[in-house]
Amino acid sequence: MNALTQLWNHQRYRQVIYQVTALLLLLACIFWLGHNTWANLKQRGIQSGFDFLSDTAGFDIGETFLISFDGSQTYWSAFGVGVLNTLKVSSCGLLVASLLGLMIGLGRTSAHTLSRFICSAYVELIRNVPLMIQLLMWYVMLVEYLPHSSEPYSWFHHIYLSQEGLAYPGLLWLQSTDAHGVVNSQWVWSWPVFDADGVHSEFNFSPEFLSLALALSLYTSAFIAEIVRAGIQSVPKGQIEAAQSLALTPWQIKRWVVLPQAARMVAPPLTNQYLNLVKNSSLAVVVGYPDMVNIANTALNQTGRALECISILMSVYLLFSFAIAWVMHKTNNKARRYLQRQANADRPGGART
Amino acid sequence: MNTLPSPPSPSPSLTSLPVHPKLAGSHEPCDDQERAQVFQEIAARSVPVEHKGLPERLRQLSQFILTQPIEALLTLGLALLALQLLSLALNWGVLHAVFQIDEGACQSARGEGACWGMVGEKFRMILWGRYPYAEQWRCALSCALALGMLGWSVGSKAWTSKFRTITLWAWVITGLVIQALMSGNFLGLRVLPLWPSVETELWGGLPLTLILSLGSIALATPMGILLALGRTSEMPIIQSICVLYIELVRGVPLISVLFMASFMFPLLMPTLQTPDVLIRVLLGITLFSAAYTAEVVRGGLQAVDKGQLEAAQSLNLGYWQTQRHVILPQALAHIIPGMVNNFIAIFKDTSLVTIVSLYELTGALGLALNGDANWRPYKLEGYLFIAAIYFFFCFALSRVSQNLEHRLANR
Repeated sequence: MNALTQLWNHQRYRQVIYQVTALLLLLACIFWLGHNTWANLKQRGIQSGFDFLSDTAGFDIGETFLISFDGSQTYWSAFGVGVLNTLKVSSCGLLVASLLGLMIGLGRTSAHTLSRFICSAYVELIRNVPLMIQLLMWYVMLVEYLPHSSEPYSWFHHIYLSQEGLAYPGLLWLQSTDAHGVVNSQWVWSWPVFDADGVHSEFNFSPEFLSLALALSLYTSAFIAEIVRAGIQSVPKGQIEAAQSLALTPWQIKRWVVLPQAARMVAPPLTNQYLNLVKNSSLAVVVGYPDMVNIANTALNQTGRALECISILMSVYLLFSFAIAWVMHKTNNKARRYLQRQANADRPGGART
Repeated sequence: MNTLPSPPSPSPSLTSLPVHPKLAGSHEPCDDQERAQVFQEIAARSVPVEHKGLPERLRQLSQFILTQPIEALLTLGLALLALQLLSLALNWGVLHAVFQIDEGACQSARGEGACWGMVGEKFRMILWGRYPYAEQWRCALSCALALGMLGWSVGSKAWTSKFRTITLWAWVITGLVIQALMSGNFLGLRVLPLWPSVETELWGGLPLTLILSLGSIALATPMGILLALGRTSEMPIIQSICVLYIELVRGVPLISVLFMASFMFPLLMPTLQTPDVLIRVLLGITLFSAAYTAEVVRGGLQAVDKGQLEAAQSLNLGYWQTQRHVILPQALAHIIPGMVNNFIAIFKDTSLVTIVSLYELTGALGLALNGDANWRPYKLEGYLFIAAIYFFFCFALSRVSQNLEHRLANR
């Protein structure tokens, strides 16, 4: 038996050998891929580097959020607009999906068979059809089946829905100079106007945005509903029976006994669904909503810098993912500590400790 | 657990006990004599009779409305909304719809009713894509084979120790047969000269969806198992490599991975060797879903009792022996429902490959309609048709997964 075999038979050393081998293999792989890329780029005469970001973008973006954009600005600003648009649609989706999911989830555990049935039908229908197809269906419905903007649906003559999108009133920051040269700035209500030419509004959700937000929130709400249902059903039956024997009303039982306990079960899978929603917003490219992916795709086609555009895209999404995971983690911890404190305070003699 | 004596159940009519005035108001302790006075025996209640008639139903309903008015109101609203949607769908999809392959009738019913004739006209294009018309039976046969195998695999017997090896080999053979059927070549050799060979770029529709989803789960499972083992291992470097891979992949959307597969893979490969786009996309989906598979497998590994590992170690089994003969068989039994769910997710995700111009179901629909101005306005009907196909598969599989989970829980 030589020294090498002895070394191999020692578990500690074998682990070291395994790990060093794995690391070397990984490095070799990365080196090989990097070398190939370098050779390919050189052979095809493709320039690389992130310097293109300060070039003029040369394309217009149909829809911007918070900042304005035109073709004479740089790729940097284009990517910025894309990120903001992604944030806009994701945050709308998160809000609607959470509320809807909570309601459907409660409906699935309702005392009445009818609402249970309707809610399960909703969940099964939505969950088993790919988001992509739902998105395309919403888009077609909004663009082709809604009335033309010359005869829109209107609510209270202030909200108009047509093929051009949803026009809604909003607050505008207006600056005006009066006769004495004094600059006045104030918040002004801006109302959509409907005349012979159609609907004009400062505030308008485009059909692209609407279809994406709708599809994302409905799709995610079905998954959130399932999580809420599982959370509610995980509350031990004894808890509900105890609450009933204390003569709490059904609503009080739900509010004070079931939901707080369900919330603890719900938080981790909910984080996953939120992350999924943000990642799924990348489907915007299908309907032409100018989100992060769409902008990166355009930039890629214009400049041919696949490597750079895709790595920007991936890092932005990673950043989003880590940010959401971090926020949810913090919220979860805070909630747990709060509940712990409450429990301690409620315990007889708890105030002393 | 079940052998423990169950605690005596409390009297059902506790609330209707007559309460002694001294007990009702104050919390003073009372002595035994008073307690004896308070206690009054109540006659046993009669066994509840189950009424099924209308009056009983009405009584239940009125009680529900009285005790839970908010919920009753919400239920009513929900029912009305559902009715409204249902009537809308019925009107559009059945009553005013055109079922014949008749362009003129469809044109006049436009906006009022659906044109299901479009599906009748185009369904072969939607199902099989650009595959040569005369050869489309090969697609149908491939799909039938794949679906048959899928049906067997999610059944109760397929992954028992008796059939496991057979199932695995059957999958390998099915894969090869489907490849030969679809392309007309067997591993690149023209062994079937009677059938014309068909380039992969002509593959499309349902076979492509099935090939992508089944192929990627078949490749992702071993990779996922390795990643999960790595993540749960004690070796810090290997563990961190696996964690890094899993978390990075789970943090980015599939679209970016598909973009990578279609734009970046050609750059990463040695000069002038560009693999087929189907292979590239398959690889991309595999790399993507391996991370998710790893998390499912990790759940299974954690479900295995620690005593099993200790028992294996005390028998002096090595790491791989322990994993191969003790841990993995138990873990894999736990994760079958999770794997079915994983498969459903991948199956739905394959609809994204249309973005990198592979014509699976969604892409094939675009192909069928965009080139034909007569039928182009009836996209919604087409999407509904595809949605129905996806729904059928996913719903059936999710039911299977639920059953498996149920069976596991009751084992």
